[in-house]
Amino acid sequence: MPANPSTESSSQLTLCHVTKRFHGRAGLVTALEDINLQVKEGEFLVLVGPSGCGKSTLLSLLAGLEQVDEGSIKLDGADVVEPGRDRLVMFQQDALFPWLDALANVLFGLRLKPGLNDAERAEAARYYLDLVGLADKEKAHPHELSGGMRQRVALARSLAPNPRVLLMDEPFSALDALTRDQLYGDLQKIFTQRKKTIVLVTHNIREAVCLGDRVVLLSPNPGRIRQVFNIDLPRPRRINDPALATLAADITTALSAHLAEPKEGLV
Amino acid sequence: MKYPRALVPALIAVLVVGFWEWFVRSGRVDDVLVPAPTQIAAWFWSALCDGSLASATWVTMRRLTLGFVMGAAIGIPVGALCARSRLARDTIGVLSLGLQTLPSVCWVPVAIIAFGQNEAAVLFVVVMGTVWAVVIAVQESVLSVQPLYLRAAMTMGSRGWHLWTHVIFPAALPGIISGLKQGWAFAWRSLMAAEIFVVILSGFGLGSLLHAGRELLRMDQVVGVMLVVVGVGLLADLVFFSPVERWLRRSRGLER
Ligand SMILES: Nc1ncnc2c1ncn2[C@@H]1O[C@H](COP(=O)(O)OP(=O)(O)OP(=O)(O)O)[C@@H](O)[C@H]1O
Ligand SMILES: [Mg+2]
Repeated sequence: MPANPSTESSSQLTLCHVTKRFHGRAGLVTALEDINLQVKEGEFLVLVGPSGCGKSTLLSLLAGLEQVDEGSIKLDGADVVEPGRDRLVMFQQDALFPWLDALANVLFGLRLKPGLNDAERAEAARYYLDLVGLADKEKAHPHELSGGMRQRVALARSLAPNPRVLLMDEPFSALDALTRDQLYGDLQKIFTQRKKTIVLVTHNIREAVCLGDRVVLLSPNPGRIRQVFNIDLPRPRRINDPALATLAADITTALSAHLAEPKEGLV
Repeated sequence: MKYPRALVPALIAVLVVGFWEWFVRSGRVDDVLVPAPTQIAAWFWSALCDGSLASATWVTMRRLTLGFVMGAAIGIPVGALCARSRLARDTIGVLSLGLQTLPSVCWVPVAIIAFGQNEAAVLFVVVMGTVWAVVIAVQESVLSVQPLYLRAAMTMGSRGWHLWTHVIFPAALPGIISGLKQGWAFAWRSLMAAEIFVVILSGFGLGSLLHAGRELLRMDQVVGVMLVVVGVGLLADLVFFSPVERWLRRSRGLER
């Protein structure tokens, strides 16, 4: 669906010369350097790149959990300085609360969302648990679930409050291929129906091409944007589509070329 | 073969008590120094019948519970404050760490001078015995809550009071419970010390009963009261702390 010109002009998330450094035990790490990026309302952006190139850091900055050292991040023109309900994060590590069962975990974010009554909240929570195929596990505590099940509960928890911006860090990494394929379809459906803005991190290039409107390739030391690919394939996309495989192969080639390059050879 | 888990310990207990009875009766030791189980049981029965044991236990339990609840009610928010504010940690936190190592008997003279020989003095000693351990435990367990939980909750819109009640306290609960358990043990000890060392005019507790046994050279009474003290401690663990800890372990998958 073509975007409305009036909303297109004000791109929703704007990153301007963003630099982030960590003073770790091993000295100064420049996790991100001079990142310029615009994410439009209703865009699906995918971040790929080798381990340690700053993908999770970028999501934390967008979420407002970390602050930039230089540059600025704006959401609808306002600086992002703290976490907010409009930007939900699904973390790379399992962040489910061990003292709550699956249903209560999914309800956690919903309970903080105003304008719903308890019945609507419970209904929404059950709907998303069902979507990720865990309707029968609502009473199970996180330790009673497998790694993939926990990841699916976490996915349901991040989808349920229906945030404007969804920040997802490798949400499908611990899933079997079948569940994953099904969830690709579900996520695309939610994305197109609810007109969300999604920023998703993945190591799987095919997944990136299947889901993203744009795929941003980052390179490490320091973390920078190396290349941006526009994916113009029609939706819904299927992971087994040959056109998709061709594009994925191109990106993989670009990724390995960048990795092989000497570090000084930037620009 | 399946048999109740309590069977073997019970058998061992019966054997030990039987041997003890035989040993005292055979005249190998003076039964003024080492009373036989039956002598202790006889004292126990008479103390039950004249109501002195029940009333002493009641007085002691009331003091203990009141002091412990007050200590916990002060210690939990203060510990949370210490976890939240660096300044509180550097002042109250450090003070608590120091006072926690102070044997609670040391509070008895302070209490007597400050309050006199009354209920307030006893309560003060019990609260002082409880509060520091609770402060330290709450501070430490709140500080070691996984940052990831806080980050996750904050992105879902949890803040302030909600964050404390729905994330920080549940996450820190195992540590808080073990702190309370330790506080309870300290409270129990300090209360016994207070009751033994001080003639408290406002009530006759188990410690006073123990002390009276000493004055009368009644070893059966001394040992009998000691057994009651042990029993009360065990009971508190059995009916409160153990079930709570078991429930916590089970619901979080920490059970071995
Ligand atoms: N809290 C921190 N303290 C110090 N260094 C950090 C911290 N967080 C991240 N870093 C460093 O920043 C760099 C980027 O980390 P980040 O987690 O963003 O990588 P990533 O792209 O998500 O990697 P992966 O694909 O393995 O998840 C790494 O070099 C990492 O060591
Ligand atoms: Mg990462």
